[in-house]
Amino acid sequence: MDFLRPASWEEALAAKAAHPTAVPIAGGTDVMVEINFDHRRPDHLLDLGRVAELGEWEVGEESVRLGASVPYSRIMEHLRAELPGLALASHTVASPQIRNRGGVGGNLGTASPAGDAHPALLAAGAEVEAVSVRGTRLIPIDDFYTGVKRNALAPDELIRAVHVQKADGPQQYSKVGTRNAMVIAVCAFGLALHPETRTVRTGIGSAAPTPIRARIAEEFLNSALEEGGFWDNGKIVTPSVAKQFADLCAAACNPIDDVRGTASYRRHAVGVMARRTLTWTWESYRGARHTTEGAA
Amino acid sequence: MESVRPPKSPGFQGTSPVLARGGAPNGVPTKVTQGSQTKGGIGESTLRPDGTLKVTGEFAYSSDLWHEDMLWGQILRSPVAHAEIVSIDTSEALALPGVYAVMTYDDLPTDVKHYGLEIQDTPVLAHGKVRHHGEPVAIVAADHPETARRAAAKIKVDYRELPVVTDEKSATAPDAILVHENRDDHHIGHVSHPNIVHRQPIVRGDADAAAARADVIVKGEYYFGMQDQAFLGPESGLAVPEEDGGVHLYIATQWLHSDLRQIAPVLGLPEKKVRMTLAGVGGAFGGREDLSMQIHACLLALRTGKPVKIVYNRFESFFGHVHRHPARLYYEHGATRDGKLTHVRCRIVLDGGAYASASPAVVGNASSLGIGPYVVDDVEIEAIALYTNNPPCGAMRGFGAVQACFAYEAQMDKVAGELGLDPVEFRRRNAMEQGTIMPTGQPVDSPAPVAELLRRVKAMPLPPERQWESSEGADVRQLPGGLSNTTHGEGVVRGVGYAVGIKNVGFSEGFDDYSTAKVRMEVVAGQPVATVHTAMAEVGQGGVTVHAQIARTELGVTQVTIHPADTQVGSAGSTSASRQTYVTGGAVKNACELVREKVLALGRRQFGSYHPAWATAELLLEGGKVVTDGGEVLADLVDVLGDEAVEIEAEWRHRATEPFDLRTGQGNGHVQYSFAAHRAVVEVDTELGLVKVVELACAQDVGKALNPLSVVGQIQGGTTQGLGIAVMEEIIVDPVTAKVRNPSFTDYLIPTILDTPTIPVDVLELADDHAPYGLRGIGEAPTLSSTPAVLAAIRNATGLELNRTPVRPEHLTGNA
Repeated sequence: MDFLRPASWEEALAAKAAHPTAVPIAGGTDVMVEINFDHRRPDHLLDLGRVAELGEWEVGEESVRLGASVPYSRIMEHLRAELPGLALASHTVASPQIRNRGGVGGNLGTASPAGDAHPALLAAGAEVEAVSVRGTRLIPIDDFYTGVKRNALAPDELIRAVHVQKADGPQQYSKVGTRNAMVIAVCAFGLALHPETRTVRTGIGSAAPTPIRARIAEEFLNSALEEGGFWDNGKIVTPSVAKQFADLCAAACNPIDDVRGTASYRRHAVGVMARRTLTWTWESYRGARHTTEGAA
Repeated sequence: MESVRPPKSPGFQGTSPVLARGGAPNGVPTKVTQGSQTKGGIGESTLRPDGTLKVTGEFAYSSDLWHEDMLWGQILRSPVAHAEIVSIDTSEALALPGVYAVMTYDDLPTDVKHYGLEIQDTPVLAHGKVRHHGEPVAIVAADHPETARRAAAKIKVDYRELPVVTDEKSATAPDAILVHENRDDHHIGHVSHPNIVHRQPIVRGDADAAAARADVIVKGEYYFGMQDQAFLGPESGLAVPEEDGGVHLYIATQWLHSDLRQIAPVLGLPEKKVRMTLAGVGGAFGGREDLSMQIHACLLALRTGKPVKIVYNRFESFFGHVHRHPARLYYEHGATRDGKLTHVRCRIVLDGGAYASASPAVVGNASSLGIGPYVVDDVEIEAIALYTNNPPCGAMRGFGAVQACFAYEAQMDKVAGELGLDPVEFRRRNAMEQGTIMPTGQPVDSPAPVAELLRRVKAMPLPPERQWESSEGADVRQLPGGLSNTTHGEGVVRGVGYAVGIKNVGFSEGFDDYSTAKVRMEVVAGQPVATVHTAMAEVGQGGVTVHAQIARTELGVTQVTIHPADTQVGSAGSTSASRQTYVTGGAVKNACELVREKVLALGRRQFGSYHPAWATAELLLEGGKVVTDGGEVLADLVDVLGDEAVEIEAEWRHRATEPFDLRTGQGNGHVQYSFAAHRAVVEVDTELGLVKVVELACAQDVGKALNPLSVVGQIQGGTTQGLGIAVMEEIIVDPVTAKVRNPSFTDYLIPTILDTPTIPVDVLELADDHAPYGLRGIGEAPTLSSTPAVLAAIRNATGLELNRTPVRPEHLTGNA
């Protein structure tokens, strides 16, 4: 196994072009586990540790450009206002030590359905900045996950950053594990309200072969909120709407039975999380609306 | 000057809780004086010599061992549970550069090719057959661990798979495939099927007649999952060949001499040529009672003539040691309207897996302690352990008693419910006390404060309700799911549950359970110094602290050196069964007393003519001096000892036990009993099935707290291990293939600090007159009642029956 240590982003892209099977490594929290247990023996490891800009982020007018290696602990600390869903998801990642090393780029590169960041990225509507010596493209998160542990990256591409819209409304994230910390997801759910577009987006983790959105549930809720004038009147979402949304989220799942939980439980739990996160975000939206009105 | 008599036998009687709650965090006292003025003597919370090193990561564990030119050993394990080995081809592995040796069954040097704690049924390397997933088949030594690993992968083994037996039904069917053919062990004569390792019935009174008097009869069937010890330091050791043809093994184990007895014959060496030194042990909990890599490392070292180190990783560790027996338990309890138990019938089926390990002793404990700490005159108990193709199971903290306690305490709650009685009140009405006769006919002849322990945990204030509520919204850390943010209070219901248990201390059923201590006293640099040398394995229990305390108390010196544990001194017995403070502590005390006598004789010889008290008074060693019991100083120990070193090595035994009758189970089988009670407070998210244990209060009788801080640490640790099996810990074995499905800390979950509740501890000290200082073994009892208390609390919150542990979220939501 050769260990490539590019000193710059350009060198990294050149190395990836020269060695398309090279496995990029940054925090190493995923890759090293696989190597240590001999589950994976790539010809080349491409160490991105010297590419400083991967650990940086820029907060723009509309969105945040989040470097692929920005550790979860930084997201929790510095981007709570801009990326609340992702910050909540970051809190649930493994242990403090892992959160200090791991970043979103690793989750995306591995593309495991259990990656904690995915539901938040799906709900927020992120774009993945994929770069190669051929150029740069932005892959919508909806198109990024292509199969079990597979993604839309070309062999010569590296993840430079993710672009995430700054939250224009409340976001929530819930994850079920069988202990209260440092646990891989049995299933997870992300929800973001987008008052500017009057839409709701969701993300579901560990309940299908890939991270998914519950599109039918979103469409149902979007029309229910629109028809009832909820965005304007700020009324409480009726329990029957919340329940149907939850049921549709559960129906969107395509889970399996495994040592971490049953398929039946996963479906059930996604439904519960969908209902609760809808309640929390909507309450928060109503509260914010109320405050704004009061201030006006 | 003042002088205080070194306490003789029970130094303290009474019921006052010496470790009050409050003050230090979690009720941990920093110092409790118990009458001796010798600084650092018994009863003080002296600090562990290895404590700071372990916390800061500087302690050298067995996995840190290193030797010039050492090789690395690797074990090839079976990928299937049950198969004939058609052929093994090692040629490719041997051809790999850097490989020094590859060994299989055919390379074993002597006719002794099996080992085992009681029954020698475990092959050193598989012979023609593998009986469980992960069984060692071949071993490799290479100059780099990665080379060794790759070489092992190049060994070609042709397996022809066999059907598996995995439970009582499949294992005891008339035509069941036999896990061991041609058994000739001493249990085969009294079991009904060769796939039953051992059976112990216990019959006392007339259960049929008693059942006729019962107003309510409650039946239940329970399942206890397979728990792993999950010690954090994986199996590891270093074998160094010696010039005399022998080998020196540095090893993390629980019992050096038991290892030695099993290792030497396989190597074809006399025991004196196999020297063993304890290396740094990273936890044990029973999982190091059986051999793991000991013989393999020695074989490779002797074969290659080079030091060989073997370290398991976590994955291999799950296959490298025995686990806690999973159990299926069938109970029937009867009671009268006034809340008195009439009878108990129970049947406990323990899955021992492919090899016997400690199964017979687990059967003995499960049966003899099977009805719990209650007065029941009419009982029918049966416990068996099976041979199956599941992973081998053996010793783990509280074995046998843990599984039974989970079931009988669930039953006690059910009966209380049927009678409309408060569960604590119902237990109180049936609680055993000193003088109660066990189902084995053995009288309980020391304090048994079962009702008092329950009263104490019940009397503790409850943690406030809805602790998660704050002005800034819900504090999710206080809620089920924690930072996973699954609830802000929705669906959360509190539950409270109680449980109490009984555990035996020490090795039972007639086992010669002795220990040995060598104590030396001499003057070093002008100071009297004691050296304590035992073969006791320090696995975290704190023996190294306690032995020094005993020596200070008995010999009146402050400087005590604890010699590293090795086989240059007699056996200390196992660090298990809550026995080391009792038995090796007893041996140290005994050796100190013998040394003291010799020192006093030395003093009399030299100075007897100077003062009549040498002949007439009772003399003590205190503060580095010989003093009368009135406090008068007769001589400095420095002068008495001069250039002489007084050294004594002596064996010490607790009172003998006897085997249980194989038909009736009668017999004085146990040395001592240990009792603890818990109250669990849980918050359950009833919609998601997630549990947060908010508090696990414990009250335990310890007889005498030799080191109160360590006592509380043991109780909190045992409590937490019991919590683990209640809500998360389980090795999941595929029922069709008998393969382990979750051999990693990703999927075998143990409690983190965020899962660990507040554990207030209330310690009683009711002396057991038969034991040194009146002490009681304490390490296991808290592991028993913790689990059923948590289960009872979850049942209380949810109203569900919950007859298996661990409880998983899908069991609480109906999605199992």
